[in-house]
Amino acid sequence: MSVKPEGFEPLIVAFCCNWCSYAGADLAGTSRMAYPTNVRIIRVPCSSRVNPSFIIRAFQRGADAVLVAGCHPGDCHYHSGNFFTRRRFTVLKQMLEYMGIEPERFQVRWISGSEGAKFASVMNNITAEVKSLGPNRKLRDAR
Amino acid sequence: MKRIGVFLCWCGSNIAATVDIEETMAAARKMPGVVYVDHNKYTCSEIGQAMIREAIAAHRLDRVVIGSCSPRMHENTFRKTVEAAGLNPFYLEIANIREQCSWVHKDKLTATEKAISLIRTAVAKAARSEPLFSTEMSIERRALVIGGGIAGIQAALDIADAGFEVDLVEKEPSIGGRMAQLDKTFPTLDCSACILTPKMVDVAQHGNINLITYSEVEKVEGFVGNFTVTIRNRARSVDMEKCTGCGDCYAKCPSKVDSEFEMGLAKRRAIYTPFPQAVPNKPAIDRANCRYFTSGKCKVCQKVCPAGAIDYEQQDQLVEKKYGAIVVATGFDTHKLDNYGEYAYGKHPDVITSLEFERLVNASGPTGGKILRPSNGQPPKNVAFIQCVGSRDKAKGNPYCAKICCMYTAKHAILLSEKVPGANAFVFYIDVRTPGKDYEEFYNRAYEECGATYIRGNVSKVFPDGDKLVVRSVDALSGALVELVVDMVVLATSVDARADARELAQKLSITTNAYNFFNEAHPKLRPVETQTAGVFLAGACQGPKDIPDTVAQASAAAVKVVSLLNKESLLSNPTVAEVDIKLCSGDMSCLAVCPYGAIAEKFIEERHGREIRKRRVAEVNTALCQGCGACTVACRPGAINLKGFTNEQILAEVDAICL
Repeated sequence: MSVKPEGFEPLIVAFCCNWCSYAGADLAGTSRMAYPTNVRIIRVPCSSRVNPSFIIRAFQRGADAVLVAGCHPGDCHYHSGNFFTRRRFTVLKQMLEYMGIEPERFQVRWISGSEGAKFASVMNNITAEVKSLGPNRKLRDAR
Repeated sequence: MKRIGVFLCWCGSNIAATVDIEETMAAARKMPGVVYVDHNKYTCSEIGQAMIREAIAAHRLDRVVIGSCSPRMHENTFRKTVEAAGLNPFYLEIANIREQCSWVHKDKLTATEKAISLIRTAVAKAARSEPLFSTEMSIERRALVIGGGIAGIQAALDIADAGFEVDLVEKEPSIGGRMAQLDKTFPTLDCSACILTPKMVDVAQHGNINLITYSEVEKVEGFVGNFTVTIRNRARSVDMEKCTGCGDCYAKCPSKVDSEFEMGLAKRRAIYTPFPQAVPNKPAIDRANCRYFTSGKCKVCQKVCPAGAIDYEQQDQLVEKKYGAIVVATGFDTHKLDNYGEYAYGKHPDVITSLEFERLVNASGPTGGKILRPSNGQPPKNVAFIQCVGSRDKAKGNPYCAKICCMYTAKHAILLSEKVPGANAFVFYIDVRTPGKDYEEFYNRAYEECGATYIRGNVSKVFPDGDKLVVRSVDALSGALVELVVDMVVLATSVDARADARELAQKLSITTNAYNFFNEAHPKLRPVETQTAGVFLAGACQGPKDIPDTVAQASAAAVKVVSLLNKESLLSNPTVAEVDIKLCSGDMSCLAVCPYGAIAEKFIEERHGREIRKRRVAEVNTALCQGCGACTVACRPGAINLKGFTNEQILAEVDAICL
């Protein structure tokens, strides 16, 4: 059980596909839907561009949670990319759990370009969940 | 070491009110590789862009980071700016400190902290950017228009008039669409057929338009400028070359079925043209209802055809064609009334939908233009019109307004007063919405000149009483319960997206909203484009629309197509996958995941000592690659990278975030 420091603010890395989830994040902005500042978005063309190694690297560098967000299955801008995302990260999620990373710390979500409200609520939820878990100490490099 | 310039945009107060620009600038100055930092109230303005160009020259900057609005907004603007200053356009990175920072956070302290982190991330990515170059691609200078209603007709005519070839694909045996079913059109009461049929004939006679009816789009491949589309020409069972359109066949055909065009109010034959002015005026056999195809006996049409055009052996044909641009104009369906049992639709013949009413009023309709009660063939004395059936109904219909019903109901009330002198129209409404040129005046005419009674209230029940119908509602303005005895009830049914809209969206790689209407690229500034370059929208497939709006949008889509096809060539997207053949093991895992068939195997010869060996490697076809990057992850030896989003860049972003 990790010890939570006072006023712990998690750092969350979010990989968002350009066509849906990044657009959803922009729509949350245009609609002024507030969410915590803990999340940092990395823009990728498609969620299928996200290599599992990026996620492990983020955890090693001290990210407290990682989110991969893409178009809804069936709506991929590149036809089939998010089907690969779904398969790859089902496997990675199990591996991370096996390594002792709580499932809340690695999430995959489908957020379309018209779901600004969903983007904001995913950000609110993941921040709250990770706040209650405390910092990621399991995979963090000894630095 | 790179020489990076960082430019922060205030966006007026949009960013500057929440992000401390001074503090962010101070932090940016300390970031690795940053040699120059500046700010501007509006970086996208000409002054702001000039500032960047001057700074690039004065400080010999070789990478540029702009902290501003979303790259989805101004990435192209700023790429052109840095290109004008002599840099490769892909040396630009944008930190999204507006949509993803200042607009979603309120606390200035943490928002500034996040903005600094976003700038640091962009700086780290920019430091690792490589110059990227587009290649020129040829354009197939032909257009495909899907849907032959008024939207598709207008778009096809405009594109064809500009000198480009157009294929117009329509799934029914004739073009014309919904507009062909209407009687008069608001707000001028022009006869719909009188203004539509000349356009349909223009389509048929236009040298640049190739009309492909009774056909559907099966598959779409490729990309802007170079789409390859497979079209299924359904077996018409009639040889279009031989048929003269004389009509002997459908006069003699023994099978009668409900006519879709007449909304089931009349019968058509199994071999049929949907309506008399059909274009092309050549019939098709509806095989599901044809006596020969269902029982193996009949062939009456073949016997009577003087041209020998009936061909029972015809098969569906798949035709592959190439296009530079596609216009989607597939129109709408009327709302299904399964959830509205209280209105007795389907239970009582005198309860009809608005589109059925259109057919009753129409001179070529089942009653020859006489408004008659379907139950007894007598003209109605009192008619109730119920608006918003399936619209503005979160509980069991569409939450949106179908936009056209207020106006067509006013039209119906006017037509009723003209066709059945002394008849009374009672309109039950929630609100009457008449935005549009001459629309309010038209609605005024319905109750001032034509005596329609407007009652504000949601109808709770319609039930038969003898040979009459009782409409029960509340008059919301007086609070009184209203029970009206009428002869006929007309339901202003809502507008739905086509039942197969999502399927078509997937074929075209375009998106739909929650109600399956196709999404435009930007609701205000790019209303006819989609997020997929080269695919444009026209008409009600994008959202409920009346005819004037549909025609305007169709012409707008045509202009977009024409300006695309007018180009000599297109520049390819340079952010494509690239194989490092030194690392490639040739196991071709990448090939299996590529949705575009952009990866092929290639054999290279390598010298091993004195021996020359052949080795298999993967090769990316940059014209086909769309840059999704799925292959980069599938590649086991890590030999494929995605330009513009390289592993090094993304890992540097991760590191910068987690600093």
